[in-house]
Amino acid sequence: MEKTIKDHSALAEEFIRDEERVNWHDGALWWIRQKRDMAAKNIPEWEALREAASQIKNNVLSNLHDYLLEFEANATKNGITVHWAADAQEHNAIVYSILKEKGLNQLVKSKSMLTEECHLNEYLIERGVDVINSDLGEYIQQLDNEPPSHIVLPCIHKRKEEIGDIFHEHLGTEKGVSDPTTLTRFARRHLRNVFVTRRAALTGVNFAVAETGEYVVCTNEGNADMGAHLSEVQISSMGIEKIIPKKKHLGVFLRLLARSATGQPITIYSSHFKKPRKGQEMHLVLVDFGRSRQLGRPDFRSSLKCIRCGACMNTCPVYRKSGGLSYHNTISGPIGAILAPNLDMRKHADLPFASTLCGSCSNVCPVKINIHEQLYQWRQVIVQEGYAANTKVLGIKAMAWTLSSPASYARIGRAGRWVLNNIPFAVNNKFNLWYKQREMPGGPKESFGEWYAKNGPKEDEKQE
Amino acid sequence: MTVGLFIPCYVNQFYPQAAIATLQLLQKLDVDVAYPPKQTCCGQPMANSGFEHLTKECNDLFVTNFARFDYIVAPSASCVLHVKEHLHSADDPAQAESIRSKTYELVEFLTDVLNVEDLKARFPHKVGIHQSCHGLRGLHLAQMSELNAPPFSKPVRLLNMVDGLELVSLDRPDDCCGFGGTFCIAEEAVSVKMGKDRVLDHQRNGAEYITSVDLSCLMHLEGILQRNKTGIKALHIAQILNSTH
Repeated sequence: MEKTIKDHSALAEEFIRDEERVNWHDGALWWIRQKRDMAAKNIPEWEALREAASQIKNNVLSNLHDYLLEFEANATKNGITVHWAADAQEHNAIVYSILKEKGLNQLVKSKSMLTEECHLNEYLIERGVDVINSDLGEYIQQLDNEPPSHIVLPCIHKRKEEIGDIFHEHLGTEKGVSDPTTLTRFARRHLRNVFVTRRAALTGVNFAVAETGEYVVCTNEGNADMGAHLSEVQISSMGIEKIIPKKKHLGVFLRLLARSATGQPITIYSSHFKKPRKGQEMHLVLVDFGRSRQLGRPDFRSSLKCIRCGACMNTCPVYRKSGGLSYHNTISGPIGAILAPNLDMRKHADLPFASTLCGSCSNVCPVKINIHEQLYQWRQVIVQEGYAANTKVLGIKAMAWTLSSPASYARIGRAGRWVLNNIPFAVNNKFNLWYKQREMPGGPKESFGEWYAKNGPKEDEKQE
Repeated sequence: MTVGLFIPCYVNQFYPQAAIATLQLLQKLDVDVAYPPKQTCCGQPMANSGFEHLTKECNDLFVTNFARFDYIVAPSASCVLHVKEHLHSADDPAQAESIRSKTYELVEFLTDVLNVEDLKARFPHKVGIHQSCHGLRGLHLAQMSELNAPPFSKPVRLLNMVDGLELVSLDRPDDCCGFGGTFCIAEEAVSVKMGKDRVLDHQRNGAEYITSVDLSCLMHLEGILQRNKTGIKALHIAQILNSTH
């Protein structure tokens, strides 16, 4: 299999070369995980909340068709124009056509992972539309021409000095200034001007309520509100799985979302959008883009319960040590590794293997997605579909053959221990990836089986 | 009650002392224990690599070896979890189901089946526990830090019965060590970085020994401990619980 892009392992190795950065990245995310733990442990009914959220989402996925139509009818009644997009291309074309019809060539966009997935910015920029991300982290990533490395903390892999350099290069701040408050103030002044002058704003959607046709956008910066409230045209893009049945269910999700994401009781802004202001147009694009295909995969459908809190990333030791960009997918980390193969199995065949299956992700997940079990299942699918490297297939087949026969296993075990004891340089060399940074285990003269044959009870041997 | 001793393939080859300690510990507790000599592997290395379809022979062999026992006990949480979650038999599904339900990791067998209250063990050292993820989150040998639920720990309960042993507390008590089966080779850089960080936590908190219910984690950590000449030793929990010096 030809590799055109670097896989997770190679990208992670590059990230890890700067060990001081890794330690800092790992520490920052672990600190957020600890804040999440404290927030979760302050809610006595935390586990019951997770279970309730999981059940509500199960209900949504089992009745998605009906809830979507209910939402569409109610949103339309409220005066929102609802669009349906089967894939990224359709989504992008719809957004562009709305802007074009109004003769607009500028857009301010608050955080939306869906539009990142769809590569909306590139699409619009190619067509002469100037797009500015207004979430500070996403804004920094946009200036640096890099995708977000984390769905909640887009530039968590960057140190403040690097952000200072980016601001100096693109916005003309003084060289060497890296104080976060100073930089944030500067970005705010710059973005204020953007908000005031842009006539079209795009937001993501955290929850869309079928019962009322309204939707909720959660931010900490108020940037979605600034954009939306000052716009003549408000566009919101949502994956079809973002539906919840009733307004009362919001209480469950809003209590879980920010606590899981950052350890805050709630995001600073939880904004409800229901109908356009006088003179304003509101458009909502419902996007499938692989979601209904995932819904049709019994082992993986529950990945669609995800509310994009990022808790699985913060807790994942592989993510913390390897950085979000090593996952080469918009949604990184454990949840990204179970979503991405659905979109392109060949391109993302490495991601389900970028895990130790430690299971921490599944247990911080506020909607109880069995992420690590799905990682295991994806591995089976990827191998069955023929996306495993040939060398690996041969190696595993040889291993399976050896372990299928007690005699060949004992023979190879003896040989292996003999090599470790007598000619260690045969394995302790640069071709052995174990040995690169770890000593090999010792080669005991006797296996336990051999010891037991000599020292174990004799009658037991006869029995066998 | 007869117990079948399941010694995972790599423990058999590389860590016979842990297997001997397991056997002796069970015998000390008056358990009728036998080791079926024709056992190899539970099939986990293949299955976790995406080749569960190649584990039929391992499964069949496991069923043949262990069907006759009342309990099956192994000094490895990871292999036990694999058996409990993935052992199947097309020929005898009922037998496979029975085996899945009667297979125990050593510590949980001691605490949950034998209800051990007292061990005549002595190990006068500072010990850090490395939580095996499969033992912790798979077999629930202790409470994981992710959940809002009452704490407990079966390994700690047993280690507290050991005379002279001092447990050290860690900054991150249940972070993964990065072994992860073939992950330790396929993702060598991440695996080693994770292992190094676990080792540092134990080192910082003054551990002389790192112990665990899983030798796979310990094999990885031991490789790093020795390469970095830390002086800290890795030892399976059976060897501590069986220790009298």
